[in-house]
Amino acid sequence: MQETISFHLNGNETVLKTDPSQTLLWVLRNHLNLTGTKYGCGSGFCGACTVIIDKEAVRSCSIPISDVAGKNVITIEGLAKDGKLHPVQQAFVDHDALQCGYCTPGMIMNAVALLIKNPKPAREQIVKGMEDNFCRCGAHIRIIKAIETAASKIEGGTIL
Amino acid sequence: MNPRIDEKAYTKKPFLIERRDFLKYLGGGIVILFAPLGGCHSKIAATSLPLNALPDDFNSFLHISEEGLVTCYTGKIEMGQGPIIALAQMMADELDVAFENVKMVMGDTELCPWDDGTWGSTSIREFGPEMRKAAGKAREILLQMASEKLKVPVSQLQVTNGIVTDMKDNSRSISYATLTKGKKIQKSSIGKPKVKDAKDFKVIGKPHHRVDAIQKVTGAAKYAGDYKFPGMLFARIVRPSSYGAKFISADTSEAEKIEGIRVVRDKDLVALLHENRDKVDEAIVKVKAEFLPVKLDVNDKSVTEHYLRSAKKGNITNTKGDIEEGRKIAAKITESVYYDGYVAHSPMEPHAAVATIEGDKITVWASAQTPFLVRDQVSHELGISPDMVRVIIPFVGGGFGGKGDNPQAIIAARLTKLTGKPIMVTWTREEEFFFDTLRSAALHTVKSGISKEGKITFWDFNAYYCGDRGAETIYDVNHQKTTIYDQEEGDPQVHPFATGPWRAPGNSNNTFAREMQICQMAAAAGMDQIEFRLKNLADERMIKVLKAAAEKFGYTPAKGPSHRGFGIALGTDVDTYVAVIIELRVDAKTGHVQVVRASCAQDMGMCVNPLGTLMQIEGCITMGLGYSLSEELKFEGTNMLTRNWDSYEIPKFSWVPDIDAVILDRMDQPPHGGGEPAVICMGGAIASGIFDATGALLYQMPMTPERVLQAIKKTSAQ
Repeated sequence: MQETISFHLNGNETVLKTDPSQTLLWVLRNHLNLTGTKYGCGSGFCGACTVIIDKEAVRSCSIPISDVAGKNVITIEGLAKDGKLHPVQQAFVDHDALQCGYCTPGMIMNAVALLIKNPKPAREQIVKGMEDNFCRCGAHIRIIKAIETAASKIEGGTIL
Repeated sequence: MNPRIDEKAYTKKPFLIERRDFLKYLGGGIVILFAPLGGCHSKIAATSLPLNALPDDFNSFLHISEEGLVTCYTGKIEMGQGPIIALAQMMADELDVAFENVKMVMGDTELCPWDDGTWGSTSIREFGPEMRKAAGKAREILLQMASEKLKVPVSQLQVTNGIVTDMKDNSRSISYATLTKGKKIQKSSIGKPKVKDAKDFKVIGKPHHRVDAIQKVTGAAKYAGDYKFPGMLFARIVRPSSYGAKFISADTSEAEKIEGIRVVRDKDLVALLHENRDKVDEAIVKVKAEFLPVKLDVNDKSVTEHYLRSAKKGNITNTKGDIEEGRKIAAKITESVYYDGYVAHSPMEPHAAVATIEGDKITVWASAQTPFLVRDQVSHELGISPDMVRVIIPFVGGGFGGKGDNPQAIIAARLTKLTGKPIMVTWTREEEFFFDTLRSAALHTVKSGISKEGKITFWDFNAYYCGDRGAETIYDVNHQKTTIYDQEEGDPQVHPFATGPWRAPGNSNNTFAREMQICQMAAAAGMDQIEFRLKNLADERMIKVLKAAAEKFGYTPAKGPSHRGFGIALGTDVDTYVAVIIELRVDAKTGHVQVVRASCAQDMGMCVNPLGTLMQIEGCITMGLGYSLSEELKFEGTNMLTRNWDSYEIPKFSWVPDIDAVILDRMDQPPHGGGEPAVICMGGAIASGIFDATGALLYQMPMTPERVLQAIKKTSAQ
């Protein structure tokens, strides 16, 4: 059973003819070749698959593609603009806030969504907001610093 | 441009090349073949060949292209631990080229000579020095060529950023690129090429940022599961409900009702295939399979008794003096039993592999620490020559010792052979927990005594099923014995699951037991934990490391429990000496433990990249919180009950302490391990910190809130 689903993806109008029950995660990865969004646990526990939908961080492994019809979806590939890294991406680079890098796209998307809601978060708010994104290499301290740095550099209203 | 994985080489069509032919693929320039110790069967070749001959079995080489670019081809892989940076630093320094002009090509069995795998902190300590020698050889050759061109003696030449200059006349210079143009030189590093003294280092020892960060923050970095080929099918395998269960039958009729599902049966392998991952996920749960389970009467609670029942005669790995003598002169004796559960590697990236077939040639992109083993396993499984298998390891999303066995790669290769289609196998998180080669549970019985003056008089250390890494006494004791009980060949199966190396294998368990015993003895002696250790240490390196950690931490002595929550552990791992001091808080109502800060000191010999080392220390300390406080697999017989992160808690943002570290200046020494040491200290440091905070003694990891509360209750009852 195929359905036509259209949505906004990384700034482009996207129309897909596909099985509507498939998850956003595998449609992104398999049909749209956007493999920056990672599979981690398939159950929404770890955050490796986090994308932003209408300014909210969403676990793409846990929603069907039909749910994004008419919505605005941003993945890690859609953050950098005109060849310039997003301030959160740049801060992750500057602070070496990654090791193996597998959790990184989900971390960054979750952090961007956090800053949309709260552009000047206190450290505790960053910790709380990032709590359910897992990293096994132990880059946590650097990720917190990177988000603090990004927050200090982003002027109000220009997060996305 | 940064050193990077050679993506261009990876996207080349698989091709068959003979061992020597791949040198042709490189084109002109200079090639230096070399063979790291322990890397290969080339130790013999390296000693018996005449100086100017090429070794038959080199296992790495560096290439200086006609453009003056330097590339190192190695079977080592990058999984976050940072050799892609540190090895490039070593190469750049030895050759006096810009760091940006060095590229690492890693983990490709067709481009890189044989290697035994990335584990045991060998990349820098074993591979690194040999690579430096190879670079030293290349430098010798280049200087000789420059000397002939410029007509000045080698001693009068200096090199900066790949430009050789006459020291007496700065206007006379020639670049490596010019020197190599049109040349085809092949040499080996056999002999004793000169390498730089530490005082001349320009790149080694300087902090260097990650070179893969931009790829990783943009989502461009490719992992095995990110590859895609025309016609590729996702595979899900019919799995047994318990470990080792024997396949009987599988009814796939319901699954086959889903449009596009293909079923492949081959001996005991039953796989479902579909072009969409979600569809094959939907189909796999519709399979009705029957297996004959293996019965083993053990669970996570009874594993200790099971171990004691299973243990045969132990191996005495160290003995000195006479335990009975030491016991006689002891004023106080401490006898304890320590327990650990099974722990998972739990990398963020589950095992993944994609295999393609073109003609008879199989290519596998795998999330693996052992590319050449994958090649040999696939070749063996399919009954084809290793030359007909190419394995490529792109970025790996964490390994920690858990990605050395490669079953997912073998299955992907089997299925591609059977179907002729590109096949992607990525484990679900449930499969990742179930098929992980777990860190074994462990049991320790430790008996020790102290004199009235607080000297350890005897030390009798028995370790069950965690191996001997880190089981050394490290303290200066006249009467001591270490006995290791392990599964030997021919013994009945002890573990219900596959077990294997887990970051610093066994050392976390051994260090926990040893350091907690020390903590108890210090208290029995009425002494501060650090003063007691200093009184009983003779090894100068260990003493220096402990003092450095204490200074960094700002430690002041006090008899335990001092109610400050200060915990300490020391140890050695792959000849790196490490000490960690922490401050923690215990919530007496809930039993929750929060580590507030941690200071680490490390003598790792030469430190190539202090920033990379710091990141490894932070990673070790953070990861160590998990096995110490929360990580424990629940199982019943061969049935694994823990299948995802909802029931297996790994460290989170709110757990992480402030971390600082001091790396002792030992640049004149060879490098030792850097990726594993600090992880070994966390169990002991946390247990002694809980004792220091509350007086409660924890003998079992993980130190969950329930166990901490129980121990506190027991203490207050006494």
